[in-house]
Amino acid sequence: MSDNVARVMSILGFLEWLSATSGSVALRESHYFFLAVLTVHVLTLSVFAGMAAIIDLRLLGLAMRQVPASQIVAQLVPWATGGFIVMVTSGSLLFYSAPLERSGNLFFRTKLVLLVLAGLNVFVFHKTVYGRVADWDIDRVPPASARLAGGVGLALWAGIIVLGRMMAYQDYWFDG
Amino acid sequence: MLAFFEFLEYAPLLVDMRSSAWLFPAIASVHLLGLAMLGGAVLVVDLRLLGFVLTRQPVAVVGRAAEPWLIASMLVMLPTGLLLFMCFATKYYYLTAFWVKVTCLLLALAFTFSIRRRIVMADDANATTRGAKLVAVVSLALWATIALGGRLIGFP
Repeated sequence: MSDNVARVMSILGFLEWLSATSGSVALRESHYFFLAVLTVHVLTLSVFAGMAAIIDLRLLGLAMRQVPASQIVAQLVPWATGGFIVMVTSGSLLFYSAPLERSGNLFFRTKLVLLVLAGLNVFVFHKTVYGRVADWDIDRVPPASARLAGGVGLALWAGIIVLGRMMAYQDYWFDG
Repeated sequence: MLAFFEFLEYAPLLVDMRSSAWLFPAIASVHLLGLAMLGGAVLVVDLRLLGFVLTRQPVAVVGRAAEPWLIASMLVMLPTGLLLFMCFATKYYYLTAFWVKVTCLLLALAFTFSIRRRIVMADDANATTRGAKLVAVVSLALWATIALGGRLIGFP
């Protein structure tokens, strides 16, 4: 019990320290820079999630069916990865601007959980059924396990987008 | 025009919508999901025209495969966008970014379903000409301006 309290206190202590650093203060006080970071974060969504959606829809056998799955994955993943790096960087800055508010935000916490699950989904897909892609590369509808990865991915990214949008309503719904 | 915008904003349906705690966020979320789909459907074709992705596929194959998703994303974004607009119509009336966004949206729709569509569907060879690349750049510029305008009109 006291161990638990100490651990929570130390996370809280870290977040309090983080929010008092000059970078964090500068970020939340600088009106235009903050809005610029937010804009980059929201708009890069169309690159990252757009590419992820095309890949997942191909895995589901719903889009680009005449293009071999390996071509879609190999050529679109670099763009999705580039978009993801921008998303994580700008997202980290948004977190850094208000560590205490963000970490206390229920939508944000749920979003982080879904992000971990989405990462796990990509990892498992690449370690399993994508290793045998030569067997189903030109199938218009990929095998069930690939379809599952596509469907799970699509659902998780959609959930992450919605939760990100909902973060703005934490105060309105829970603390108002 | 302003009177029309006021009429939209104060229509009974919209007054109910604004007073709901979850309806506006829900519609805004669906609008964002549409943005992701639109981004994928537009980017994959424009990047193909530029010769960056799927270069082993003819442009027309990529274009034909992407078109239903482009239309689907429009069917999601336009109605949700209209509702979001109606929530704060009179605020947007005074925002330059809003008028820029609407103008570019009309241009993008006209451009996408006329010139761009003709170039994409006609190109059965793998070659991408300078004209095709110009089409991709114009398309990307228009959609980027629309997305940016959408973000800017949401700021306080």
